[in-house]
Amino acid sequence: MSWLLVLPIILPMIAAVVGFVLRGNLVAQRVVSLAAALGLLGLSIALMAAVWQEGVVAAQMGDWPAPFGITLVADHLSAVMVLISAIIGVATVVYAFGDVGDKAVTYGFHPLLHALLCGVCGAFLTGDLFNLYVWFEVMLIASFALLVLGGRRAQLDGAVKYVALNLIATILFLGGIGLLYGLTGTLNMADLHIRLQEVENQGLVTVVAVMFIVAFGIKSAVFPLFFWLPASYHTPKVAVSAIFSGLLTKVGVYALIRCFTLIFTGDVGYTHEILLWIAGLTMVTGVLGAAAQNELRRILSFHIISQIGYMILGLALYTPLGIVGSVFYLVHHIIVKANLFFVSGVVNRVAGSFELSRLGDLYRYHPLIAVLFFIPAFSLAGFPPLSGFWAKFVLVQASLEVEGYVIAAVALVVGLLTIYSMTKIWLNAFWKARPAEAGPPPPPLSGLQRWCLIGPIAVLAAMTVTIGLFVEPFYQLAERSAEELLNPQPYVAAVLGEEGLARMTALSLAGEEAGVEP
Amino acid sequence: MEPIVAVLVGVLMAASVYLMLSRNLVRFVFGLVLISNAANLLIFAGGGLTRAAPPLIASGADLPASGVANALPQALILTAIVISFGLLAFALVLAFRAYQELETVDTDAMRVAEPREDAAELEETPRSGDRTV
Repeated sequence: MSWLLVLPIILPMIAAVVGFVLRGNLVAQRVVSLAAALGLLGLSIALMAAVWQEGVVAAQMGDWPAPFGITLVADHLSAVMVLISAIIGVATVVYAFGDVGDKAVTYGFHPLLHALLCGVCGAFLTGDLFNLYVWFEVMLIASFALLVLGGRRAQLDGAVKYVALNLIATILFLGGIGLLYGLTGTLNMADLHIRLQEVENQGLVTVVAVMFIVAFGIKSAVFPLFFWLPASYHTPKVAVSAIFSGLLTKVGVYALIRCFTLIFTGDVGYTHEILLWIAGLTMVTGVLGAAAQNELRRILSFHIISQIGYMILGLALYTPLGIVGSVFYLVHHIIVKANLFFVSGVVNRVAGSFELSRLGDLYRYHPLIAVLFFIPAFSLAGFPPLSGFWAKFVLVQASLEVEGYVIAAVALVVGLLTIYSMTKIWLNAFWKARPAEAGPPPPPLSGLQRWCLIGPIAVLAAMTVTIGLFVEPFYQLAERSAEELLNPQPYVAAVLGEEGLARMTALSLAGEEAGVEP
Repeated sequence: MEPIVAVLVGVLMAASVYLMLSRNLVRFVFGLVLISNAANLLIFAGGGLTRAAPPLIASGADLPASGVANALPQALILTAIVISFGLLAFALVLAFRAYQELETVDTDAMRVAEPREDAAELEETPRSGDRTV
C-alpha cells in the first residue's frame, strides 16, 4: 500500500533525472516524458481506486512511527488532486509536442515539467507541514525555470515579480512553521490537529493561522496578494501557462483547505470570517481586472483569480455543502482553465496573435476551435449543463443555507461578469471580421502538430461535458472529501493509529466536561 | 537566551522589510537573503535554546539524558538553508539577467510584461512577433 503513495512522487522525479541525462536526444526525451506522464496517470488512478474503497491510506517513510517521521497520507481530496494533476500532466506533455520548439526541449522543458509534477504530487500527498514546505519549494524552483525558459524580455520581467512575491510567501510559511513547532513540538498535521487544541495560548495560534492565510494567500493569488499572477502568466510558452494556471495556484488553495479544516479550527469565527472577505473581494477584483483586458491570456489570467475566490468561499463558509462546493470547484476549474489556455495557444497559432484587436473570423475558418473554446469558456461562466454550473450552483446554495445573501449575490454577479468576458472573447476573436491591419494569418498547422495541439483540448473538453452531464459520481466524490475534511477522525486514525484516536476522544470528552465545544 | 534571539529576529525582519520596500531590485534581493536568515533563526528560537547540553546518547543507553538540546530545529534549519540557497542563487541570476535585458533595476520601470495603457499607442510592444524558441 505504501508504494502507491510514494510512486506518484518518485516516478516524476526519475523522469526528470532521466530526461536531464538525455537532454541531447530530443526524441528520447519526448518518449520518456510521455511514458512517465502516462505512468503517473495509471498510478494516480490506482491510488484513487484504493482510497475510494478503503478510505484514508497512510504510510510512514522509513518506518519511523508518526509523529516522528514523515508521513504520506492520501484521503479523497489528495487522491483526486493527484489524479487531476496527472491528467493535466499528460495533456501538457502531448500539447508540448506541438507547441514547444526543439530549442526549449534541449534546454530541459520536459525534465522541468516533471520536477513540477513531482512537487505538486508531493504537496498533495504529504502529511507533514515541513515536508509540505519542501514540496512547495520543489514546485517553485521548477516553475521559476519553466517561466523564464526562452528568456524573452517579457518573461524576465514577469519572472521578477513572480519570484519576488513567491519567495516572500515561502518565508512567511517557514516562519509560521517555526512558531507552530515552538508552540506544539510537532509538525505532523494529524498530531497538530490534536496538540493545537491543547495549547493554552489560543491567541498565538490565531496569529500563526493568519500568517498561514497570508503565505498560502500569496501562493493561491487571492485579493490583495495576487499581483504576481497577471504580471507573469501571459509571458511564458502556452504549455507552461496552461499547467501553471491549472495546478500552481490550486496547490495553494489545497494547502489552505487542508490547514483550515485540519489544523486551524480553534477560532473558526475569526479566521474563516477573514477568508470570507478575501473570497468576496478576490472574486470581484479578479473579474473586474479581466473586463479591463484585451489580450487573451491576460483575460484568462485574471479569471484564475476570480475563480480562486469561489474555492475560498466554500472553505470560508465551513459547512459540509460549502466544502463540497470548494472541492467540486477545484476539480472543475483545473480542467477548464488549463484547457482555455491551451485553446488560446491554438488561436495564436492559427491567427498569429493573442490581442483581441488583431483577431477575427475564427468561427468562419476554424469552427472546430470555436466549439472547443465554447465548451470550457461557458463552463467557466457557469452555463448548464457544463461542469461550472454545478460547481457554482452548490456554492450559491451553500451560501444561502447559512443566510449569506450578500456573498451569494456577489457569486452570482461575478458569474454574470464572467459571461461578459467570455462573450467579449467570442465576439472579438470568433465572430467579427478579421481586421485588415492584422495581416495575413500564419501558415496552417501541419497534420501531426494539429493533432498534438487539438487532441488534449478535445479530451479535456469532453471531460468538462462528462462532469456536467454525469455529475453524480463527481458530486459523491466531493461529498466524501468534505466529510473527511470536516470530521478528521479517519485521517488522524490512519496517521497516528488507535493511540491518536484515543487522544482525540479524551480531548473532546475533556472539552465537554469543561462546558466548551472543542 | 530566547528573548535575545527573539529580538534579533525582530531586528533582522525589520531591516529586511525596509530593504524589500525599495524599488531597487538588488536591494530587494538583499532583503530576501536577510529575511530568510531571520526565518531560520525564528525556527531556532522556536525550538527552545538549551546551552551546553548536546543531544548525545551515552553508549548502551536508548535515550539521551533528559534536558538536552532539541536537535530537530537544527535539522529543519539545515534543510531550509539549503533550499533558500538554491532559490536565492536563482533570484540573483534572474535579477542580473533582468538588468541585462531590461537595462534597469528599478522595478517601477519594468513594464514590458504589463505595458502602460497610454504608452501602448506610442510604442508597439513586441509580444506575438518574437517567438524565438
